[in-house]
Amino acid sequence: MNLFVNGKKITTSASLTMRLVDFLRENLELTGTKEGCGEGECGACSVIIDGELINSCLVILGQVQNKSIITIEGLDEPEISAAFEETGAVQCGFCTPGMIIASSVLLAKNPSPEENEIKKAISGNLCRCTGYTKIIEAIKKAGKEKQCGTSN
Amino acid sequence: MKTVGKSVKKIDSLSLSTGRMKFYDDYSFPDEAYIKMLFSPHAHAKILSIDTSQAEKIDGVIDILHFKNVPRILHTTAGQGFPEPSPYDAVMFDNIMRFVGDRVAAVLAETPAIAIEAISRIKVEYEILEAVFDYEKSMDKGTTVLHSEKDKKYPIPIPYYPEKNIAAEVNIDIGNLEQGIVESDYRFEETFYTHYGAHAMLEPHGVVTYLDENNRLVIITATQVPFHVRRICAMVLQIPIKKIRVIKPRIGGGFGGKQEVFLEYVAGLFTLRTGRPAKIVYTRAEVFQSSRTRHPMRVTIRSGLNKNGQIHALGIEALMNTGAYGSHALTVLSNGGSKVLPLTNKVPHQRFAGTTVYTNLPVGGAYRGYGATQSYFAVGQVMDMMARKIDLDVLDFYKQNTIKVGESSPIFEKLGEGKEGVKMIVDSCGLEECIDLGAKEIGWNSKRNKRIINGTRARGVGMVCLMQGSGIPRIDMGAAYMKMNEDGSFNLDIGATDIGTGSDTILGQIAAETLGVDIEDIIVLSSDTDQTPFDVGAYASSTTFISGEAVRKCALKIKEEIFKVASEMANIPIEKLELKNKQVIWTGGKLDFKDICIYALYTNNQLQIQATASNIADVSPPPFSAHFAEVEVDTATGEFSIVKYVAAVDCGTAINPKLAEGQVEGAVVNGLCWALTEEYKFNENGKMVNADFGRYKIFTAADLPDLKTILVPTYEPSGPYGAKSVSEIAINGPGPAIANAIYDAVGIRIHSLPLTAEKIYEKLKQK
Repeated sequence: MNLFVNGKKITTSASLTMRLVDFLRENLELTGTKEGCGEGECGACSVIIDGELINSCLVILGQVQNKSIITIEGLDEPEISAAFEETGAVQCGFCTPGMIIASSVLLAKNPSPEENEIKKAISGNLCRCTGYTKIIEAIKKAGKEKQCGTSN
Repeated sequence: MKTVGKSVKKIDSLSLSTGRMKFYDDYSFPDEAYIKMLFSPHAHAKILSIDTSQAEKIDGVIDILHFKNVPRILHTTAGQGFPEPSPYDAVMFDNIMRFVGDRVAAVLAETPAIAIEAISRIKVEYEILEAVFDYEKSMDKGTTVLHSEKDKKYPIPIPYYPEKNIAAEVNIDIGNLEQGIVESDYRFEETFYTHYGAHAMLEPHGVVTYLDENNRLVIITATQVPFHVRRICAMVLQIPIKKIRVIKPRIGGGFGGKQEVFLEYVAGLFTLRTGRPAKIVYTRAEVFQSSRTRHPMRVTIRSGLNKNGQIHALGIEALMNTGAYGSHALTVLSNGGSKVLPLTNKVPHQRFAGTTVYTNLPVGGAYRGYGATQSYFAVGQVMDMMARKIDLDVLDFYKQNTIKVGESSPIFEKLGEGKEGVKMIVDSCGLEECIDLGAKEIGWNSKRNKRIINGTRARGVGMVCLMQGSGIPRIDMGAAYMKMNEDGSFNLDIGATDIGTGSDTILGQIAAETLGVDIEDIIVLSSDTDQTPFDVGAYASSTTFISGEAVRKCALKIKEEIFKVASEMANIPIEKLELKNKQVIWTGGKLDFKDICIYALYTNNQLQIQATASNIADVSPPPFSAHFAEVEVDTATGEFSIVKYVAAVDCGTAINPKLAEGQVEGAVVNGLCWALTEEYKFNENGKMVNADFGRYKIFTAADLPDLKTILVPTYEPSGPYGAKSVSEIAINGPGPAIANAIYDAVGIRIHSLPLTAEKIYEKLKQK
């Protein structure tokens, strides 16, 4: 089967029932995608599939034939990473790639989200370290930075 | 100051946020094999027989471990210093199962799927034993005994009565509690219950082990205590310490849960037996059931109060449930007194009487707050009740009764960690400012006792004051090594263990500050037992205070070494030299750091500019905090919401304010979830029935109330650049602050966690 990961066409003979998170981490060695629960509750394994935010632990390869998948390694969002860094939104960093993926999907659809929209957009991504406050601040900041970038 | 007190970026944050930093599960090795465990389905049972023959026949099964083929080495999994203040009551695999989730066997196989298949083919015949689930009945006569083997004992002299299911006991008295209560104008006796809690760090427990080219066992593990892992594995595996190297990669959160050492030696033994790299990753359900938890506690407060507002007697009686094994059974218990009673230091009659008991339920362990959290839920509410009794604003009541700069508490000396504590004077305390700033932020004066009603909804505010410690005095040690490079940069090698807290950054800042360089000039390497000096690890709120001072001392020695070389180069006496802007300067001259290092390495009397330093502390200066909650309770349904939550914290100098705030915010939210939505639910057989994030509810961002963190700066003379601890204290606040706010809103008192709408509704009905 074929799929596109971070813009690259991948042809694989891996089992169609293999979980996407395992395929990414083991076969492609894209270990930035983390697994925190394996049941779609924590969001650490978030990836973008055809523009949508998806938990890659709930998807099997057979479901992503010819689809385009973006992982944290292929995400080109320097403003978001920088905002997370500057606001202190990264503690242990295990949830961070998934959080940044979720932030990216939000900001693509809604460049200047309200606080409650941010909270809702990342409510599928658990974080136990930060209490979310600084993550929300980071996403606000990233939204502003991205808009400045666009208008310039 | 140039670097300390600045929110410099966490040095690993960019690499973490781009997914480049490696956690243990991101390492893979050629020929790696996978481990799965078989767990006991019974809360209490004896294995009569175990038959692995069918499992062994499966293609791809490499090795199987169980009680019959591993050495029986008693130890504690607590991951503490040596000798540990926890009972040696655990072995790698046992023939007695003591809780649902206790481990029966482990399989090493070519793939995780094969290992799972093999687990299902192991045949175990159990004799089911009577189980005890109610910890208030553990000590009753005739109750089943969990640890009847005669060789179970503490490695230090500690009262231990496993034949009565008692895992620890602590009793201390200051004055005479009974007399004090009799003498008081008002008397109080209230009993509170706190519940199990999961650390719920996002990264599950796990480890990968392999043999290096010299046949040494390398352990890459999600741990808070790499040096204790090495020591404990050497003991359980019966191999010399020199044969083991422990590497801590990035860690996906710990909160105490990764202080426990219980997987490393299983993977290690497989690797030693087979030569294969071995990896185990716990599933989330396994983390909930078979790792460690917060010890539940029953806390009875008996106190006496005088009309003048002076607390005359205060006794804490605690009964703690350690589950099947006694990990941290003594010290979590004693911290329920030692981190709580000194706050009201002037009480003439005090008692802490605690007992820890075994039950056939999940195992307790270290968890952020460490016994203080449980105790504050009780004491924090009784403080509120006492102030109300005499119509005193609880803010003034706290100010009247709490410890001040220059004061001490007899508890500091009487109640230590497995031995007596140390005498200590409080040299920094910003508690009154925390109270004032927090009260202002929540709008205390316009809201307290006002019961603002809107339809069926009533609002109220509550608060609590807290303290914790900074490391364990005269026990915890951290060490640092530094060397200088030709470009004027420095390597900083520390045993201290960054589990996501940012300690690599903070310790780098302390080194940079001391040498007057930028954080970018410090290359930090931490927690590799082959490459860094010793450190007890990330626990007891010790890293900034204990390891931070080791770094400061080490950097001061480096400064001396730099001066010696510069003095030789310039032929100027050391006394005339100063350090500034990466140069050594004196009247009429200067030398760049890089030229000094090049001279030292290549030119004359060649040497490496280097230093090492260790640090222990004679004191454990408490951080202080005041927490405020505003709630809105629906009097028709009992449902309630947190309108606002304020945490004002005195952590001395915040070395990195953003990271300090992050510790407070994370701890507050962790405390909020534990107080409101988290709950271990067990069936009648002692099995946890909600071992997933779908049913064990921790907050998402959408659940977040309005949160405000206020850092109140003080200067702690015993800490590096005035710092004391910050990571644990804030988790103690939400339970009591919200319970007090609910009382303020609707006049009912909830004596057990979690605080739920159902409990409020029931009490409102009774009213």
